[in-house]
Amino acid sequence: MIGTSGAWIILTGALVAASCGFLGCFLVLRRLSLLGDAISHAVLPGIVVAFLLTKSTTSLPMFLGAIILGLLTAFIVQSLAQGGVQGDAAIGVTFTALFSLGVVLLSRFAYGKDLDLDCVLYGEIAYTPFDTLLLGGKSLGPRAAWVNGGLLLLNVLVVGLLYKELKICAFDPEMATAVGVNVALMHYLLMGLVSVTTVGAFDSVGAILVVAMLIVPGATAYLLTDRLEHMLGIAMGVGAASSVAGYFVARSLDCSIAGAMATVCGGFFTLAFLFSPSHGVVTRNVAQRRLRRRVAQEDVLLWAGRRLEAGQTAAFDARDLSRGLEWLLPDAAAAARRLTGDGLLAARGEGFSLTERGAAQAQELIRRHRLYESYLDDLGYATDHLHAAADRVEHHVSAEMTAALDVATRFPDRDPQGKPIPRSGS
Amino acid sequence: MPDWLADSNTQWVLAGCVLLGISSGVLGSFALLRRRSLMGDALAHAALPGVCAAFLITGTRSLPVFLIGALIAGLLGAGCIQAITRHSRIKEDAALGLVLSVFFGFGIVLLTLIQHSDRGSQAGLDKFIFGQAASLIGTDVQVMAGCAAVVCIASAALFKEFKLLCFDAEFARGIGFSATFLDGLLMLLIVLAVVIGLQAVGVVLMAAMLITPAAAARFWTDRLDAMVWNAGLIGGLSGALGALLSTLAVRMPTGPLIVLAATVMFLISLVFAPRRGLLSKAARLLAIRSQVARENALRALYEYAEAAGAWDVKVSRDELAAVKGQNPVGLAAQIARLEREGLVVTHDGRSSLTPEGLRTAYEVVRNHRLWEMFLMYEGQLGADHVDRDADFIEHHLPRATVAELERLLRVHGLEPELPPSVHPVAA
Repeated sequence: MIGTSGAWIILTGALVAASCGFLGCFLVLRRLSLLGDAISHAVLPGIVVAFLLTKSTTSLPMFLGAIILGLLTAFIVQSLAQGGVQGDAAIGVTFTALFSLGVVLLSRFAYGKDLDLDCVLYGEIAYTPFDTLLLGGKSLGPRAAWVNGGLLLLNVLVVGLLYKELKICAFDPEMATAVGVNVALMHYLLMGLVSVTTVGAFDSVGAILVVAMLIVPGATAYLLTDRLEHMLGIAMGVGAASSVAGYFVARSLDCSIAGAMATVCGGFFTLAFLFSPSHGVVTRNVAQRRLRRRVAQEDVLLWAGRRLEAGQTAAFDARDLSRGLEWLLPDAAAAARRLTGDGLLAARGEGFSLTERGAAQAQELIRRHRLYESYLDDLGYATDHLHAAADRVEHHVSAEMTAALDVATRFPDRDPQGKPIPRSGS
Repeated sequence: MPDWLADSNTQWVLAGCVLLGISSGVLGSFALLRRRSLMGDALAHAALPGVCAAFLITGTRSLPVFLIGALIAGLLGAGCIQAITRHSRIKEDAALGLVLSVFFGFGIVLLTLIQHSDRGSQAGLDKFIFGQAASLIGTDVQVMAGCAAVVCIASAALFKEFKLLCFDAEFARGIGFSATFLDGLLMLLIVLAVVIGLQAVGVVLMAAMLITPAAAARFWTDRLDAMVWNAGLIGGLSGALGALLSTLAVRMPTGPLIVLAATVMFLISLVFAPRRGLLSKAARLLAIRSQVARENALRALYEYAEAAGAWDVKVSRDELAAVKGQNPVGLAAQIARLEREGLVVTHDGRSSLTPEGLRTAYEVVRNHRLWEMFLMYEGQLGADHVDRDADFIEHHLPRATVAELERLLRVHGLEPELPPSVHPVAA
């Protein structure tokens, strides 16, 4: 049982995660990931000044103060970058200066007043169910859920309307300028959305969750797809899933909900980093190992096939193989064992020999190799370089390509060195 | 010595802040050029879970234990950043952000676990992460001095290698340095500076110390050695200023003041630095604008006379502005300027070029029209690389090309004439 308040927390978290993840995709693509972190710190002086002017901790003036500072941050960062400061340094200088200013203002003028750094700046998602929105005396549920739901709607709406323009700005700003898109306007629009979303979200759920959700889901999605539409969807999904899972982790461990959501999201990223079908580290490693193993097996078959062709004894042991292919003995033995397992070699006491299926496959590989040599020869490739080139390419020549090579070289019987080219299926 | 300086606590704080400023300024220079300014920010946040884990494991609340925990977590974070950028298509900024937010989030989880456990309050932990320069004591400063020395010596010893890494990592790899190793070493030093600085100025402000002095120093020079010195100086100065300012008034936190001092120096550099500063850039722009306006005025007068067929024709400013479509106010200012230079004479509000003025205007017009021809026939002339800022076309194009351009001018009937009576007629 999660109860009503638990459900509201999960819903609020999911809404924050979805709207941040959505915008985060653009930030990741534009290499501005840390802007969310910068904005969430830089708004402090706006909040403090709003408090000092109104002498109250009501949320509207503070919200406005924060949004003004958020937009100002985006503007200063952009101006500094145009004034010759490196992009990342521009972000760093701006937010640390503004945050320091905020801390000084806070401790100098608002000390001991009813303004606590922790609770104003870093809302806690666990308390969201207690701050409900009342309409005509009826509770409509937590204010945070409505605010963040509204923000999500706003983001989806604005991005939906200007999708083409934002997309081209994200991938190729020069091209965007060339086709007449107002890149600066799009930039400020995006920054405006980020500011409003960041401020609106961290007021209710805490800065750390916002910062994490602006970066991690977008980066995770970036590893899983090459299409922006899919990336946006995946990022929102990852964000929402992290908030659900994070809530249960936090409940079972009795720890910070926002922290747990961020950590779980980091876990999702790690999974994508390791196992993404197209970009995962492990996935790519496995594919590479498979390729290496296949190449090794084909090399063994070719070697055994050529031996047979040369009229040597059919049986060979790992030592012969190691000498013939200039491999280490253990590698040769392992390759032969694997081929035996696949039914392409038959074990004979200490040694091995090609099975019928193995011999057929060896013939086919020899045919590919020699056809490719003939093809290169037709192209005028130096005769003494043919073998090495064919040796590398033969592993990547498909059956269709072999047939095409056969046609292109006019069905030769012998390769350029005069060795016979076996017929297919013979 | 004023009495507020005689206080030994103030002296320790001052010494600590200066050392921190110098070492982070020096390191920040390399980080900035490596486009990793925000590394300090990320690693400072990444230290939180390390500090919490150290407390959870040992159960003690002592500085060395926290330092070791923070160091390990920082190194782990640095390793993650390197692994993510090397083995996936995630860029630096996102990798930094990932490590920052996920590590910090995990740290918050650990912090709340400690809070909710029987171990009691997490008091010492958040002080460590959020910094308290005013509480620095002798032993802390000794540790900081040692680390600052390590950072500075390592930077000096590996200056050549780091320089190579910053400007051309590919080349460094090519001549046999391991860029990964050097990068790792640089990160190790940054982690060291961050961990030491954390307790003095806190997470955000530690990030600032690695960015702002270096970014300010960048304005003053294009040489790395000068930049490193400047950044160290600016960092040290900010440390001193911030520490001193905080003793002057009550409730002025040291860390933020150091950052604000550094920011002020950054702003001064941004505005006043020679060549790269905003003022100097604005001055250059104004100079170019004024030169262009002067040449436009000369050309307007010349072409008016050329069209009238009389070199001594007089024209009023409004008339000229109307014919040439120029702004009359600006044109009037330029004509007044040319008059002062003795290139124009004005009688009854009507101006004409003096013989000296005609000669100058001829050069300007000829040059202008040659450039026009060049732009029209650039493709055919095959001169594909020119400096268009060139004052005179002869300085930047081969003689044969200029001759060809002159022929084209004649073909288009645009060749300017040098009037026959260039010698003073009568005074």
